[in-house]
Amino acid sequence: MDITKIPHINEVSAFHGEYNPADCPVKSTERFDDRQKHSKKVLPSLEEAIRRSGLKDGMTISFHHHFRNGDFVVNMVVDQIAKMGIKNLTLAASSLTDCHWPLIEHIKNGVITHIETSGLRGKLAEAVSRGLMDFPIIFRSHGGRAAAIESGELHIDVAFLGAPSCDPYGNANGYNRDDENASCCGSLGYAMLDAQMADKCIIITDHLVNFPNAPFSIPESNVDYVVVVDNIGDPKGIMSGATRYTKNPKELLIAKTAAEVIEASGYFEDNFTMQMGSGGASLATARFLRDKMIAKDIKCRFALGGITGQIVQMHEEGLVKKILDVQSFDLIAANSLKNNRFHQQINASYYAGYLNGGAAVNQLDFVILSALEIDVNFNVNVMTGSDGVIRGAVGGHPDTAAGASLTVVTAPLLRGRIPTVCERVNTICTPGSTIDVLVTDQGVAVNPNRPELKEKLIAAGLPVTTIEKLKERAERIVGKPEPIQYTDRIVGVLMYRNNTVIDVIRQIKED
Amino acid sequence: MKIITTGVAGTMESSDIIVRIEPKETNGIELELESDVMQQFGKQIEKVIRETLDELGVEAAYVNAVDKGALDCTVAARTMAAAYRAANSTDYVFKEVTKK
Repeated sequence: MDITKIPHINEVSAFHGEYNPADCPVKSTERFDDRQKHSKKVLPSLEEAIRRSGLKDGMTISFHHHFRNGDFVVNMVVDQIAKMGIKNLTLAASSLTDCHWPLIEHIKNGVITHIETSGLRGKLAEAVSRGLMDFPIIFRSHGGRAAAIESGELHIDVAFLGAPSCDPYGNANGYNRDDENASCCGSLGYAMLDAQMADKCIIITDHLVNFPNAPFSIPESNVDYVVVVDNIGDPKGIMSGATRYTKNPKELLIAKTAAEVIEASGYFEDNFTMQMGSGGASLATARFLRDKMIAKDIKCRFALGGITGQIVQMHEEGLVKKILDVQSFDLIAANSLKNNRFHQQINASYYAGYLNGGAAVNQLDFVILSALEIDVNFNVNVMTGSDGVIRGAVGGHPDTAAGASLTVVTAPLLRGRIPTVCERVNTICTPGSTIDVLVTDQGVAVNPNRPELKEKLIAAGLPVTTIEKLKERAERIVGKPEPIQYTDRIVGVLMYRNNTVIDVIRQIKED
Repeated sequence: MKIITTGVAGTMESSDIIVRIEPKETNGIELELESDVMQQFGKQIEKVIRETLDELGVEAAYVNAVDKGALDCTVAARTMAAAYRAANSTDYVFKEVTKK
């Protein structure tokens, strides 16, 4: 038959001529169990994977931060890249932490010249605050990063994604089902978008399992190569068994007050939605809310965010109907993701993406957040310490604050001699216009743009004052701190969730 | 008040200060201060220590202080206690330590 006689055949898309059996691979007759041992995606070494990915000078590499302070992947990959002589890379991680201090050497040697991250801590953060890098670090919120990746503005050439389990074709997961002692991180929410959008995606695992590794976080269709290494991380640094429940009376007082604020706010009705941070006071608030839910006989439609054992317990008791989990904070949460049908893993865009109208943060009735500093205009700093040095992470703070109908910040009025409430925060991460209530151990302040809320809280007998009065009270106790001395040089840029510059971090002035 | 030996008061606990006072031959107070909140409160802590010693009539001393975020009243109280100990004196004047 002459296929050119088929009417309009040349107008058909994805048409590659006439069938010829010789063009097609001979089918495998091996047993499934043997066949998957020959997956071409599994490469013998990280070096080979980097070479095959086509990584070149000036490209962008990405990482996730689900292994927290137990992560081996970032250092392992950048060490290997350095050995191969590739330079001038942009490292775009969902976040970085204390254990990533070896990057300092690679920055000095020109392997890494640009960094994008949500947070930075430890020696690397100290060095950056003292002027380590020429190009300022770009800090994005989780939702801002998701938007930048989805829009293609933050183009990832090669994603290096650690996974606690993966099969030979790249189906990757944040846990595994056959080794209790292996690394486990639960949700891989911050890695999913990277896998989807990167030109090349390399999964790095220490636990190769049989196909199909289902249910999976990252599907094989997003994965180019799989590399098996001895260890992707230190399980103890990746997550603890259960997030500790605070015994600190100050935190308990703040938590109790925060729960009362929520109860009185008008948002604590059946089918409400919520997110809790992982800080001591925030976790304790969950426990107070639980009692109030039982007393009032109401249920939570979904709990969002970084998920802890507290939320899992409420889910298993039937108080929280669904869990949307972008990041699991403890082993109880990770195990729940594995075992509970309505504990749903979500990616960063689903969680907080600025360009994603349906982002879960936009469906929140309330969120409980923390703050290193909050100023009289309710602007919040979660990034720089009281000495001006970088030691924090933007995370989802601005995203949830903007999305939730009621944004509650919990913080002690004083930390040692440092007041939390101040005239102007060192670094604005979240604009005050999106913060509704501040709960401290010494009073509650309501943003003047929510007068109706203030009335409700006063009517409920809560200790409502103004934020100026809280600031004066703090200064009366500890004195007025002198401002931090900075040089003019900018070492960090804070991008708001729509990727506009909301503030900058300057190099600290040394004595 | 004359400093004749080494006197120490305070702890390294958070929100405390440890003050060590030693004799010095020549007149004047030589102060060495380390603080977790040096940038924000270093000058204020130094002022409180110097004023407290001045009120006690201490004219010559080496002072070493390691501060962990103590409030002014604590700084003054620890300085006083260290000075009495360094002067081998027990003629304490119990009073409320007021703000500087």
